[in-house]
Amino acid sequence: MTGEVTLMKGNEAVALAAIRYGCDGYFGYPITPQSEVLETLEAEMPWETTGMVVLQAESEVAAINMVYGGAATGKAVMTSSSSPGISLKQEGISYIAAARLPALILNVMRGGPGLGTIQPSQADYFQATKGGGHGDYHLIVLAPSSVQEMVDFVALGFDLSFKYLTPAMILADGIVGQMMEKVVLPPQRPRRTDEEVKKQCPWAATGRTGLRKRNVVTSLEMEPALMEVNNHKLQAVYHEIEQNETRWEAVGVEDADYLIVAFGSVARICEKAREQAAKKGIKTGIFRPITLWPFPKEELLKAAQGKKGILVVELNAGQMIEDVRLAVHDSLPVEHFGRLGGIIPSPSEIVDALQEKLI
Amino acid sequence: MTEEIIIAGFGGQGVLSMGKILAYSGLMDDKEVTWFPAYGPEQRGGTANVTVVLSDEKISSPVLDAYDIVIALNQQSLDKFSSKVKPEGVLIYDTNGIHKPPTRDDIRVFPIDAIGATLEIGNPKAYNMVVMGALLEVMPYKIPMEMVVKGLKKSLPERYHNLIPLNEQAIEKGRSLIKH
Repeated sequence: MTGEVTLMKGNEAVALAAIRYGCDGYFGYPITPQSEVLETLEAEMPWETTGMVVLQAESEVAAINMVYGGAATGKAVMTSSSSPGISLKQEGISYIAAARLPALILNVMRGGPGLGTIQPSQADYFQATKGGGHGDYHLIVLAPSSVQEMVDFVALGFDLSFKYLTPAMILADGIVGQMMEKVVLPPQRPRRTDEEVKKQCPWAATGRTGLRKRNVVTSLEMEPALMEVNNHKLQAVYHEIEQNETRWEAVGVEDADYLIVAFGSVARICEKAREQAAKKGIKTGIFRPITLWPFPKEELLKAAQGKKGILVVELNAGQMIEDVRLAVHDSLPVEHFGRLGGIIPSPSEIVDALQEKLI
Repeated sequence: MTEEIIIAGFGGQGVLSMGKILAYSGLMDDKEVTWFPAYGPEQRGGTANVTVVLSDEKISSPVLDAYDIVIALNQQSLDKFSSKVKPEGVLIYDTNGIHKPPTRDDIRVFPIDAIGATLEIGNPKAYNMVVMGALLEVMPYKIPMEMVVKGLKKSLPERYHNLIPLNEQAIEKGRSLIKH
């Protein structure tokens, strides 16, 4: 299927992209609206072809700890879930971040809090970008707005994760997970050999041979002075990521009077709202953060120059708006429009909100 | 060209698979496509709908509040979506079980007896392709039939490929239901 244009759901696309990346292992537990990831992997049976392990664990907690173990051996491993399941994984994610291991985690968000609903939501923005688990850590958070980006961010997520030894999260939602779009899959990459893993991941627990020092993968450090050093090391990595890895997309920003800031699938709905607003003579531009952490604050500040106001549109009660306000300070009015609990706003609702709140 | 379409009916009527075949047909004809299902706890007997967008250009929103074409296959769907047809747009509905027909006069309305036509074909599974035929007949964007057949091949598992001629027959039957 290399290079072939095909039609598939975002969830199916992630599964196929993982196989093609040369992913070594997927550990998951089903939950709507992302169960197709595991189902597609089971149907594809990559253990017969690339040797990739696919395992339905007994729980989300088991799955993330299998990821922790796999990552400790230098393997490219991943898990996926949806909001309540991602909450269960937080302890493991914090451990993986603290142990400085690479891993890829997909959250196809659904409406919460609690068990909530299976419909799309973006209410896990805080959880993904501000911690989620305990301690001072960050994930690299990528927000796809199309099925093609679901594919592309698997490779990007793994690559960044291995580069910075920091877990990466693809923060998608039920819309991107469930919709079908045209997609081009990348060519199949071979899984790394054990020799390559040993060479590329000198920190990994790959079996001590010769005179090599013992590799200990742990998040535990009982000596506070040393734990502070570990924390400073983490912070230095986060600083480097913030300097180098912000990604965003801007549509029609230069000629716009108003800016709409949205991430993921909602940015697509806002593009339609932008067309509708233009018919009413309202010039808007769309700024879409692609990395939610690191947040593209300088780029947003630049895009906001000379604008009359910003409308932040999210499927939550107002989460990313905090980062938007921090980015633009008090230089212009910043308002929020959100639908909650699994409701998807229509393009015209967004135009109405823009007119009511800012014009 | 951009066609923004919603197909709505009962779960089990083949609403989602009709949308998939439509999307694949557009893909085969080199169009941009999106397919977004209402993926709630839909099941046989409940309501189901799918939004399909076919376009020459990159598609912005897969979620819409106004449609060029609405296909309503039961009263609930008709009630919910007939007001969402864009002015001059198209509404196709199956007349079976409809006690409150649509009243709008600023759109083109096509009532069809799709259940009756399906019974004539003799295979209830062909129902959604009868409806598809009606859609293909009225849609301003004319998908070449060979692309529809390719779309069928792409969306049906190989073990059902022997049913493609039946599906083609159902599509032709559906086309004949449209009285211009």
